[in-house]
Amino acid sequence: MAERAEITSFRGAWTSLWRNRIGILGLAMLLISIAVAIFAPWIAPYDPKAPVRVTIDDIYARPSAAHRLGTDDAGKDVLSNFIFGSRVSLIVGFFASFISIAIGGTIGIVAGFYGGRVENVLMRLTDIMLVIPDLPLAVVLVALTRPRLLNIIFVIGILGWTGTARLVRSQTLSVKERKFILRARAIGAGNIYIIRRHLLPLVLPLMVANTVLVISLAILNESTLSFLGLSDPTTLSWGQMLNFAFTRGAMSSGAWWVLVPPGFGIVWVVLGCTLLGHGLEQVLNPRLETHHLAVGKQMVARREVGMP
Amino acid sequence: MSAAADPFQHPSAGKLRLFPATRRLEGAPVLLDVRNVSVDFVGDGSAPAHAVADVSFTLREGEMLGLVGESGCGKTTLMLSILRLLPQAGRITSGQVLLDGRDLLSLSERQIEEVRWKEISFIFQGAMNALNPVRTIGDQIGEAIVCHNLARSRAWLGERVRELLELVGIGGGRKDQYPHQYSGGMRQRAMIAMALACNPRIVIADEPTTALDVMIQAQILELLDSLRTRLGLSVILVTHDLGVVAEVCDAVLVMYGGVTAEYADVDTVFNHPQHPYTQQLLGAFPDLTRPKNRLLAIPGYPPRLDALPPGCRFAPRCPAAFDRCHREQPDLHRLDPFHWASCHLVEPG
Repeated sequence: MAERAEITSFRGAWTSLWRNRIGILGLAMLLISIAVAIFAPWIAPYDPKAPVRVTIDDIYARPSAAHRLGTDDAGKDVLSNFIFGSRVSLIVGFFASFISIAIGGTIGIVAGFYGGRVENVLMRLTDIMLVIPDLPLAVVLVALTRPRLLNIIFVIGILGWTGTARLVRSQTLSVKERKFILRARAIGAGNIYIIRRHLLPLVLPLMVANTVLVISLAILNESTLSFLGLSDPTTLSWGQMLNFAFTRGAMSSGAWWVLVPPGFGIVWVVLGCTLLGHGLEQVLNPRLETHHLAVGKQMVARREVGMP
Repeated sequence: MSAAADPFQHPSAGKLRLFPATRRLEGAPVLLDVRNVSVDFVGDGSAPAHAVADVSFTLREGEMLGLVGESGCGKTTLMLSILRLLPQAGRITSGQVLLDGRDLLSLSERQIEEVRWKEISFIFQGAMNALNPVRTIGDQIGEAIVCHNLARSRAWLGERVRELLELVGIGGGRKDQYPHQYSGGMRQRAMIAMALACNPRIVIADEPTTALDVMIQAQILELLDSLRTRLGLSVILVTHDLGVVAEVCDAVLVMYGGVTAEYADVDTVFNHPQHPYTQQLLGAFPDLTRPKNRLLAIPGYPPRLDALPPGCRFAPRCPAAFDRCHREQPDLHRLDPFHWASCHLVEPG
């Protein structure tokens, strides 16, 4: 019984997301890039890690039948690099944003719910994190901890939680004042119980919508760090491709096919996340929730009145 | 299931007969004794607002007490302070709340949590707001049982919730629905079921019929009244509807501006009210037996809690006020064994 009720409400969210064209577009874009990342070995025409024998004609070769998007400075296939590069961008995006959401969500809920001195300390901490310029700090941290994939994820994660914390706190503050929280207290429920069973269900949708937006930020940050040369040298990412294109003379030799694909990839994923995030926000926002009233043709069900 | 084995079987259930009002007020043992309770609201720097000042009443087993007064006269504050559930700024500055002779105000937080809902439960004002919109009704009714670790198993809990819903006249099959799928009257019934979850002895109903139409109001009151008899509950009914009070209550406490105006059994209050406020309040209530009577309105507004008049709190609006009323606060005078009023006019001797 309970499962059924949950499914109907989930289905309700799904149908309203379906109606939200922009959100669906974003979801489709994101799913395509995830599929590309997962099935990279099967899609990519070449293995980017395999050694290649290069002649001078293979360096920055124009797009051709053998190399649909040409080759890069090492004579490797750009399309294959592009396809494999999506993996790092998405991995960093997802994991870093989960770290951000976990930290931001916890700080927001604790600050909003407990209030007082706890809130003051946590929100001042958030303010400090907010005014510190992210990028220079990220550069310093990654440089200090050596640019490994795990470190990059971690640094991006711990620098990106401020927005989430503020958002979650404001939602917590408004939910906290609702009467059912007082009722739960009267029943004898403890703080942890109230947060878990009453607060979280109303804050979580907002966090989900926010997660998608944070993913796009994290991907952008990763690309920026890679572009600045702070990428894991053992992996291949879009930002790194841009970096190589920039530092290894793609511009001066007019090899636009090396620059455009990674740029397009970044824009594609970030745009997809942003569209889906805004779509989800509209669907999951409890204030915009539809009630049990329905609309539709089926409502007028009177018998056809015969013409006299 | 034997009575001793079931924690939800109320000890006095079944034994209690419906006494006439006076018998109920005199014969039954005192359950809750609220003595001289005062509640202040403290602001940042500003003088504290005296929301409730020196209010006393008793609640006997099986009694239904009506608590009447205008909005903002401290009714809800007084009720919440019994369970120690005031807003952040609220402070209980004096008095005692004795349940079976045990002072609830001197219990530890852990001990008072045991009293909440198991001994005294609360039906909150505005059922829609008191229900979490994203959780099922059944889940929320069972919550109290879960929080007090009384649930024996999931199946047992489901059965108990079903039973509680059926007790208030809702089909048990609707326990997995969400609040928005319930009508206003059903939500109120669900709130009552929730209040009964841990088989309390006292139920405080804070304006349970507000925002419901008269038909549903009557049903809800009838339900409360029948539950009181069936489960041996004592009920405090907070309302501003005097008609409701006349119908179901045994005793009435009339509050004005945070103080007791008059406290007596229901017959006395309705037939021989002594406090001018009570008199005026009754005059403002339509009487079907005298359709030609004009309805009175009490001019003015209730006093602001941060700017209370120096004398009697009702003096600025009182038609019978004289000099002394504006200077001196009246004491609560005992006119009969069960009749108190705070007015200079009824001062004995």
